[in-house]
Amino acid sequence: MSRTPTDAGLAADVPGSRVGGPGGGSRREVPGAELSIVTSGLTKRFGSGQVAVDALDLAVPSGSVFGFLGPNGSGKTTTIRMLLGLVAPTAGEWRLLGTPMPGGVGGVLSRVGALVEGPAFYPYLSGEANLRRYDAADPSADPRTVSTRIGLALERVGLAAAAGKRYRAYSLGMRQRLAIAATLLGPRELLILDEPTNGLDPQGTREVRGLVKEIAAEGTTVFVSSHLLAEVEQMCSHVAVMRTGRLVAQGPIADLRASETVRIRVETPDVEEAAAVLAGLGLPEIRLGDGDVSAALGAGLPERVCAALVTGGVAVRGLAVQRPTLEDVFVGLTGEGFDVDG
Amino acid sequence: MSTVSGKEAVSTEKATRAVPDHDPARGRDQAMTAGQAAGGRPIPPPRAVSAPRAWLRLLGSEVGLTFRRPRNLAMLGVLTVIPVLIGIALRMFAGTGGDGTGAPMIFERITGNGLFLTFAALSLLVQLMLPVCVAVVAGDSIAGEAGIGTLRYLLAAPAGRTRLLAVKYACVVVFCLAAVTAVALSALLVGLLLFPAGPITLLSGGTIPFLDGVLRIGVVVLYVTAGMAALGAVALALSTLTEVSVGAIASTVVIVIAAQVLRAVPQLSVLQPYLLTEWWSGFDGVLRDPVAIGDMGQGLLVFAAYAAVFCSIAWARFTGKDITA
Ligand SMILES: Nc1ncnc2c1ncn2[C@@H]1O[C@H](COP(=O)(O)OP(=O)(O)O)[C@@H](O)[C@H]1O
Ligand SMILES: [Mg+2]
Repeated sequence: MSRTPTDAGLAADVPGSRVGGPGGGSRREVPGAELSIVTSGLTKRFGSGQVAVDALDLAVPSGSVFGFLGPNGSGKTTTIRMLLGLVAPTAGEWRLLGTPMPGGVGGVLSRVGALVEGPAFYPYLSGEANLRRYDAADPSADPRTVSTRIGLALERVGLAAAAGKRYRAYSLGMRQRLAIAATLLGPRELLILDEPTNGLDPQGTREVRGLVKEIAAEGTTVFVSSHLLAEVEQMCSHVAVMRTGRLVAQGPIADLRASETVRIRVETPDVEEAAAVLAGLGLPEIRLGDGDVSAALGAGLPERVCAALVTGGVAVRGLAVQRPTLEDVFVGLTGEGFDVDG
Repeated sequence: MSTVSGKEAVSTEKATRAVPDHDPARGRDQAMTAGQAAGGRPIPPPRAVSAPRAWLRLLGSEVGLTFRRPRNLAMLGVLTVIPVLIGIALRMFAGTGGDGTGAPMIFERITGNGLFLTFAALSLLVQLMLPVCVAVVAGDSIAGEAGIGTLRYLLAAPAGRTRLLAVKYACVVVFCLAAVTAVALSALLVGLLLFPAGPITLLSGGTIPFLDGVLRIGVVVLYVTAGMAALGAVALALSTLTEVSVGAIASTVVIVIAAQVLRAVPQLSVLQPYLLTEWWSGFDGVLRDPVAIGDMGQGLLVFAAYAAVFCSIAWARFTGKDITA
């Protein structure tokens, strides 16, 4: 049996994966859905014996904003280094934009913009000269358009005014922006961004999120790693979760959310009566609290529940529909809180 | 636990292709290239760039970087100043006690003809100063990029490992030529300013016209450049072994010094023909008539062998290396 994952095999082999739950089945038949990144059994064992990435099967659909989530040390950067051909995998195969790697590195990477483990530039050169240097390294970049392309990239990340300043004098946020500008030097089909908001203030973080969405809207696939759940939740359509080198879950965010049940919570002094009404409506998993009752809402409509409570003479002080946060999902998946180093 | 609504989930059918929250006006139908999107300024469609042009462009970038680096400029500056100091010293002490107790033959002749200052300066600086400068540039070439992390971005560009290494070595050779030329030009100028010029009396006794002498300086410059380029290959190989450029530079300098020490031990004379350092100053032949090319030819063979062996080592190491910096 071939280990190459196809669209149909989205995370099917991953133990504990919630993908393929409710609604997951329909995606398997989506015709012509291409994958920008596919890995199969990708593994990296460092000389020290440390297994940084363990049999990773990723499938990143073209056109998605794909969040690659995991605590520090979970193997995100190592995976990205392998994807770019910087580090040779101990085992496994991968394709970028449909091309088998690492054989296709020379042809494919020109169409891929990458930010790997933070910015790195020549301190004694200006921001603009630094971008020119990286552009010169790309054999397919057209030297006649380099100034225009650099100008546009700097404008996009808001660095146009600091273009002539030496990199040494850049603040951390400016450095991060310059690294993002370097990924936008050419028309890219895929952006690989390793923790792009590291070192940015809240305003800068918002700008990067906006930029990622804008780039994705142009049809570029964005693969973005992060250790911040909230960040992935706010900009991604898909997510994969890493934990100590292993993939714990992968799929569209909506599917992951759907895998955790929506609950309805009633604040009331009449706890017993409220519970009886909820049970009468056929809602499962009823939990009684101190001054509140909650139950799994399932396909039930909150307005029906509300009406039934009022008709049943329950004094309703508050009514809330609790949609699971991704954090709830991940706590369910991994058994612990998320922002914990692995 | 709070009530979290979040963004209403995108319909599952769209989720594989669409992005949440994006402005529908900029949908996929109006997909723009990354370049056009920002300011609406058009960029001509990328034209295929020929491989040799791409090579030259990267080499140009590399050479530009090398010769803009303050440290490298400072080294070239020092190399330029030393012949001036030698010239001034010789000029000042020439009249006084200058009956040369064991001074090298070439030095004695400088006061008679300024052209000899060039030969003297090169044979002096080729022992340590030039090798140290070459070690700094070549030892830093890969390790320095790895150290500041730019190596991963060059390779992701993608520069190509073989292409990048070849360009790095070509740039080292260019720097060797620049360093040797800087010494030669400075010595030539100072020699002509401070000492008499004219037809040259060779070591073998004959006399050649002045311009012929300048031509022979050109030959020496190329020979010394070849010797330095061979050392550059050694430093380049060491540079692929580490992410700390000081390590590669220091080990190259240690190798040079060790070779100079081995040269000085008479019991190890069997080793001497294989030492790089043994051949660096072996350009006396151009000061004879006819030019004694035997020694220089053998020197060039040794340089070529060193360059081939160490470039191969560098290539084997660099193309198989994990870039984790
Ligand atoms: N060059 C290396 N040698 C040995 N171990 C490494 C190396 N690089 C990373 N690791 C280890 O691999 C694991 C994954 O690291 P990394 O991919 O950087 O994680 P992340 O990017 O998710 O924070 C960590 O435990 C780290 O210590
Ligand atoms: Mg990382």
